[in-house]
Amino acid sequence: MSAMTMTQKILAKHANLDSVSAGQLVLVDVDMVLGNDITSPVAINEFRKLELDKVFDKDKVALVMDHFTPNKDIKAAEQCRQCREFAMEMNITNYFEGGNVGVEHALLPEKGLVTAGDLVIGADSHTCTYGALGAFATGVGSTDMACGMATGKAWFKVPSAIKFELTGKPSKYLMGKDIILHIIGMIGVDGALYRSMEFTGDGLKYLSMSERLSMANMAIEAGAKNGIFEVDEITLEFLKEVGAKEPVVFKADEDAEYDEVYTIDLSKLEPVVAFPHLPENTKTFDQFDDIKIDQVVIGSCTNGRLEDLKVAAEVLKGRKVASHVRAIIIPATPKIYLEALEKGYLKIFMNAGCVVSAPTCGPCLGGHMGILAKGERAVATTNRNFVGRMGHVESEVYLASPYVAAASAVTGKISHPREVME
Amino acid sequence: MNAYGKVIKYGDNVDTDVIIPARYLNTTDKKELASHCMEDIDPDFKNKVEPGDIIVAGKNFGCGSSREHAPIVIKESGISLVIAKSFARIFYRNAINIGLAIIECPECVDEMDEGDKVRVDFDKGEIVNETKNKTYKASPFPPFIQTIIQNGGLINSIKNNAFGG
Ligand code: SF4
Repeated sequence: MSAMTMTQKILAKHANLDSVSAGQLVLVDVDMVLGNDITSPVAINEFRKLELDKVFDKDKVALVMDHFTPNKDIKAAEQCRQCREFAMEMNITNYFEGGNVGVEHALLPEKGLVTAGDLVIGADSHTCTYGALGAFATGVGSTDMACGMATGKAWFKVPSAIKFELTGKPSKYLMGKDIILHIIGMIGVDGALYRSMEFTGDGLKYLSMSERLSMANMAIEAGAKNGIFEVDEITLEFLKEVGAKEPVVFKADEDAEYDEVYTIDLSKLEPVVAFPHLPENTKTFDQFDDIKIDQVVIGSCTNGRLEDLKVAAEVLKGRKVASHVRAIIIPATPKIYLEALEKGYLKIFMNAGCVVSAPTCGPCLGGHMGILAKGERAVATTNRNFVGRMGHVESEVYLASPYVAAASAVTGKISHPREVME
Repeated sequence: MNAYGKVIKYGDNVDTDVIIPARYLNTTDKKELASHCMEDIDPDFKNKVEPGDIIVAGKNFGCGSSREHAPIVIKESGISLVIAKSFARIFYRNAINIGLAIIECPECVDEMDEGDKVRVDFDKGEIVNETKNKTYKASPFPPFIQTIIQNGGLINSIKNNAFGG
């Protein structure tokens, strides 16, 4: 039996095989099939062609109406209606809309719908987020989603992997977001194409679940099939807290083969910003001069969790958003919203002059709730800064951590948190 | 199976946001979606594309979102084939699943220019640039994927019991 990576072990188990090796095509059983209000309608249309009257397992499909909701226009409303009717007809347990809805990749972990060792496919590229929990999770298209809903199966080519050995303790103001942006800057937006990114090392103990989720979230921005973290006490504690199923822990074999191994000393890293129009265009603060901004967005499946809002509140407490800046804060789920309310963060944001939005993807994909005009610039805690991503084709998005985004809201230009805090 | 048409050329990392911007994704109507194909990178695309045309691009074509709308609008626009140095993985599987022909051919991309006439024979795995009089070999798909393509996409494979059997 050949040595396997974490990812390969999960794929082998779900293919009912003793072992698999890179390049092999396998048919696997899936534990969860996910779709949103953009991808599910296409999947439902495909599913209908099979003329089935039920999905493979009503508890293993999740439909999350997060992108254009609360419905931004009539067409978006029609798409949600199609999903809602389908969910009712198929008796789907995990249908989320209205006051239940949050950004899918923040919502599923929080609801305990994914556990370590699971295999999850989602018709959304950031499905890779759940790798933070020690699951194999990957984005697929709507036809794969339809096939998953019908058969409970998916096909995969077993990937090879790159190992990231994280060591050392991150310095003040350094977040998981900075670490993953640094890695993407280092290997490029196709640096992990078709492959797994496996995160391990004694530096993991300094990374909260929230930071791991935002790192695994961006594995796709390096082209990876999946990103996965070794399971430790922090993972198990989190899974217990949210009431997830019994975790199954897979460790990579000692002699597992990796295409490349990078050792990253977290104590040496500095906050970074990814410049337009690719997440790989990363710069540290000594590499650029003043850049004036028009908007700040703190939210999304990358950085819309409670810890992210806590950091933003720390920076914005008793301060004001610069007069020419619109600062939009979007708690990623209703639970996060409520907790931020109870902890007083929302009040801090309102007093600082921010807009606080209901949970939605909204501006992250240029949907609604904060679209950029021609020539405008935004600092966002989101994950993509492609041409036209947040609005006009001549607008710009700079990706950064919640620390940097909140500090920039105060100064009105892209700023290191130190500038505001010290 | 063959493809024949003129080349429409793009660079590296053509992402799904420029292939079909998210602001138009509030519909599944293919014609309406296709009217915005490539709008943010090449506003002239819809005027110059003719049935059979071939998109030739650099590395990591289709990176970004998992939206299947991206290969759908390319196919709906009449593009018969996309040749790239490499494809983003979700785009790659979506193209196969919906039946849009794609070929990875790193060596031929740099030698092709916008407007070149190109003929591709899928059975022989042969790419011929008629304008430049050059021929290239493309590697065939593995059998598992060929089965999906021969069945006319993933949904038909399930219908025909060729998947998960
Ligand atoms: S928050 Fe942004 S990246 Fe995340 S699922 Fe929504 S649109 Fe996609």
